[in-house]
Amino acid sequence: MPSPSDRRYTKEHEWVRVEDNMGTVGITDYAQDQLGDIVYVDLPSVGTQVKQLEKLGEIESVKAVSDLYSPVSGELVEVNQGVNDRPELVNQSPYEEGWLVRVRLADPAELDNLLTAKQYDELIAQAQET
Amino acid sequence: MTLPYIPNTAADRQAMLAAIGVGSVEELFADIPAEFRIGELGLPPALSEPELVRELSALAGRNRPVDGMPCFLGGGAYRHFIPSVVGEVIGRSEFATAYTPYQPEISQGTLQTIFEFQSMVCELTAMDVANAGMYDGASALAEACLMAAAISGRRRIALLSTVHPHHQAVVRTYAFGRGLAVDVMPPDDLALSEEHACLAVQQPNFFGYFLPDVEALERAVHAAGALFIVSADPISLGLFRPPGEYGADVVVGDGQSLGSPLNFGGPYLGLFACRQQYLRQMPGRIVGRTSDAQGRTGYVLTMQTREQHIRRERATSNICTSQQLVALAATVYLAAMGKLGLRQVAELCYHKAHYAAQRIAQLPGYALAFDGLFFKEFVVRCPSASGGPSELNRALLERCIVGGLDVSQYVENGVLLCVTEMNTRDEIDRLVEALAAIGGGA
Amino acid sequence: MSDGPRQADIGARLTFDLGKPGRTACSLPPCDVPEADLPPPSFLRREINLPELSQVELVRYFVALSRRNYSVDSGFYPLGSCTMKYNPKVHEKLACLPGFTSLHPLQPLATVQGALALMYDLQRWLADITGLDAVSLAPAAGAQGELTGILMIKAYLADRGEEGRSRVLVPDSAHGTNPATAAMGGFEVVTVASDGQGNTDTHALASALDDGVAALMLTLPNTLGLFDPNIGRIAEMLHRKGALLYGDGANLNALLGRARFGDMGFDIVHLNMHKTFSTPHGGGGPGSGPVVVKGYLAPYLPTPVVAKEGEGFVLATPERSIGRVGSFYGHFGVLVRAYAYLRTLGVEGLRQVSDNAVINANYVLARLRQAYHLPYDRRCMHEVVFSGSRQRAKGVRTLDIAKRLIDYGFHPPTVYFPLIVDEALMIEPTETESKEALDAFCDALLAIDREAEEEPQVVKEAPHTAPVGRLDEATAARRPVLRWRREVGSEP
Repeated sequence: MPSPSDRRYTKEHEWVRVEDNMGTVGITDYAQDQLGDIVYVDLPSVGTQVKQLEKLGEIESVKAVSDLYSPVSGELVEVNQGVNDRPELVNQSPYEEGWLVRVRLADPAELDNLLTAKQYDELIAQAQET
Repeated sequence: MTLPYIPNTAADRQAMLAAIGVGSVEELFADIPAEFRIGELGLPPALSEPELVRELSALAGRNRPVDGMPCFLGGGAYRHFIPSVVGEVIGRSEFATAYTPYQPEISQGTLQTIFEFQSMVCELTAMDVANAGMYDGASALAEACLMAAAISGRRRIALLSTVHPHHQAVVRTYAFGRGLAVDVMPPDDLALSEEHACLAVQQPNFFGYFLPDVEALERAVHAAGALFIVSADPISLGLFRPPGEYGADVVVGDGQSLGSPLNFGGPYLGLFACRQQYLRQMPGRIVGRTSDAQGRTGYVLTMQTREQHIRRERATSNICTSQQLVALAATVYLAAMGKLGLRQVAELCYHKAHYAAQRIAQLPGYALAFDGLFFKEFVVRCPSASGGPSELNRALLERCIVGGLDVSQYVENGVLLCVTEMNTRDEIDRLVEALAAIGGGA
Repeated sequence: MSDGPRQADIGARLTFDLGKPGRTACSLPPCDVPEADLPPPSFLRREINLPELSQVELVRYFVALSRRNYSVDSGFYPLGSCTMKYNPKVHEKLACLPGFTSLHPLQPLATVQGALALMYDLQRWLADITGLDAVSLAPAAGAQGELTGILMIKAYLADRGEEGRSRVLVPDSAHGTNPATAAMGGFEVVTVASDGQGNTDTHALASALDDGVAALMLTLPNTLGLFDPNIGRIAEMLHRKGALLYGDGANLNALLGRARFGDMGFDIVHLNMHKTFSTPHGGGGPGSGPVVVKGYLAPYLPTPVVAKEGEGFVLATPERSIGRVGSFYGHFGVLVRAYAYLRTLGVEGLRQVSDNAVINANYVLARLRQAYHLPYDRRCMHEVVFSGSRQRAKGVRTLDIAKRLIDYGFHPPTVYFPLIVDEALMIEPTETESKEALDAFCDALLAIDREAEEEPQVVKEAPHTAPVGRLDEATAARRPVLRWRREVGSEP
């Protein structure tokens, strides 16, 4: 299944979908599949300033911890409480209910640094070949 | 020489070497450079089992065990009653020779007992969560202080001066690693600041006494934004108010008193419990309840992402092997004593210690060093006629009585005496008579 | 191990759920002294919620639980880097002698000379076995031994004004305790790659080695079970740069009586009594992790050490000691067993241990190499690491193979470690397994490989014969239930 085209992607498998300068951030379907059952997501508090491609938080499965990177810079304005209570949402619906944070973009031009859906799909296709 | 623990015979080894495709075992060690290959070492020759028993029994015979003598020595290691069921259970090789329960399907025995242990520690301390145990009370305290520093981001640890000196020393050692400062403060002169991650207290303290107003202390600690850590005697918790009820954020302690012998100082058992909100920062193993696909209840090591094998340099602690069999002993002890028994043990300690203290205080030349509420230990100042604590203890030993701990470096002529449910009235009376005689009094 | 309906949901009933109010499992004497006034109620607890069982119920409960445990006494543990060798029974008997168990750590030293003599001799022999000079028996386990070593390095460097050495190097194959320990010591951890032969990549090491490095932590043989023939050169490289070489002695079983850490240039090594020295694993402890060091580091050892004074023994504090690491002197109860083990092996026995351990591992390698991928195709030492990659290609993972081994009556080997091997399967037979046991184990793994081909489902859904099946670890981590609660049994 091709990745949704209404958003941009990082090489670290995060996505961001922007509407009115507000970016919703999450991880991709490929990422949740690689991680396995997600048990906990550690995210910063509302008000935190985040920077593009810097560590945003951590995502834990039963046997592993992975760093989360922010696709965009800006102010963190919302954290998905649902994911706190039910981390499995990230596995079940990584692009919709399993969103992680919302960020008010500091610089929309940054989106050009990210991959398109097509580029991201090529990246994971290559990864799966090796 | 054929060792009973190495089954393979020369014929077995021949067959295996052939299957491997080498002529001799030497070839298997070819990667070791010649310059590092050694000759014979300086160990003594091998002993057969009967010879071994004779040797070790002789070594044991060169010691004077306290069992069989009235013993009034405490100071962080205690002679309490160990019900025989404890030895029976931990002696079962299914528990003793099992590995760490990383494969839960075939480790439900160990895992369920850990869940029991965690539950009991929570009940005892009135805290929300407990881990599967740490090395001992001292390192549990140290890890609690490190945890407080990690949570608060602050760089100073405060300890009350009445925490056991050995425990203070271990906190310093661990603090050195993380570059944290340790401030020791007297209970009546707290100097807490916003740089302190925690204040740790011991209840009862090293000298056996409870803080007269622990609530005031708790308020002061929390007002400074620090964590309140209490190191508690688990036997005392059979009678006294648990730290969870007076605002502790972390409770630690040593579980040696719960079913383990003195063992010349180890292995003992670190107890560690904390508030729910600190669960993810808690070090050590944790077992959780869950189920399998058929709905059968089972137990697993959980929240392993805190630990070293997953989080590596970002782990809550480096701890791997802990004290499982000693924790099992504590679990059996607490289950055996139960609701009624633990309270009874605590009351016996309390009454016997107070009887001893009262009788000794009446001896000319002897005085209790402190006022206040004590549990099973108290400090006595001995008269100069006794020659001081060391001399006093030597004289007591000649009468086959093990005296208390010499604490004269903290309290002039001070001896820390401990009385538990294992001391009969007769033993206490004998102690009092001996003290009277040695002290030159009536 | 499965026992049908009688074993049904034993997990659901804890000691708290059993028994009845008023029952007790032991008896205490009445109070024989006049009772003192109890403290005011504000100091006392209202109630303590502990179980109330008779002794009969208690014993049956724990016996039932014990039967749900695998153990060395019930079967083979092929766990790599754990050295799950047989635990001799005479050691249990000796460790329980009252002349050992009934010693208070603070009783006069003159009354515990036998205990001190035991510790002193053990110190000497551990130094001899490792080719190092001074020993502390104080650390409670391997990880605490590592911490002790790292703190000693830190103190030593501080004394020389070299606090700038803020980094510790760790190979990519290292056990997790190594970087965790370095971090607890306040060091930054830098990973050094292994090369294609499984040895430390000396070029990578050279690049990483500068004046900011305090030490390299190496396991030898490493966690791949391989002996790095460059060890002499590695030690030299470090020393030339003013750094120290720390040894994780977990794999000493391969070298007993054959080679010594001190000769190879190690400065500090920790040992594991509960691995190499046969003391029981206890389900997760107690262990013991003594530290052995080169003479120049002896002043930094934790306090106390056992020293000779005239005809007797005393406890001494090294002049620059890093302080105490535990309340008292170490796990004496465990050390008694290790001492007994060394007296049983004697000088002749050490080599028998390493010889048989290494033969056994190489035999397993030979028997399994056709079916399982061997990532480093060379002679192994006391353990061998395979990869389940071939089986993965058929849709069966190492995890599934591990669980299926349970149905064949074996504890799984170490899996998914070291991290540098994909679908890793690490097997350490130890010297206490017979050829027949190893053949049965290899036969099982070969059978599972065939099953992976012919009926993968039976592997993927294993185990089928254990007291419980695969447990829901995700829910256990998402919604942790970590204690019994009165109201509903065990809900959070």
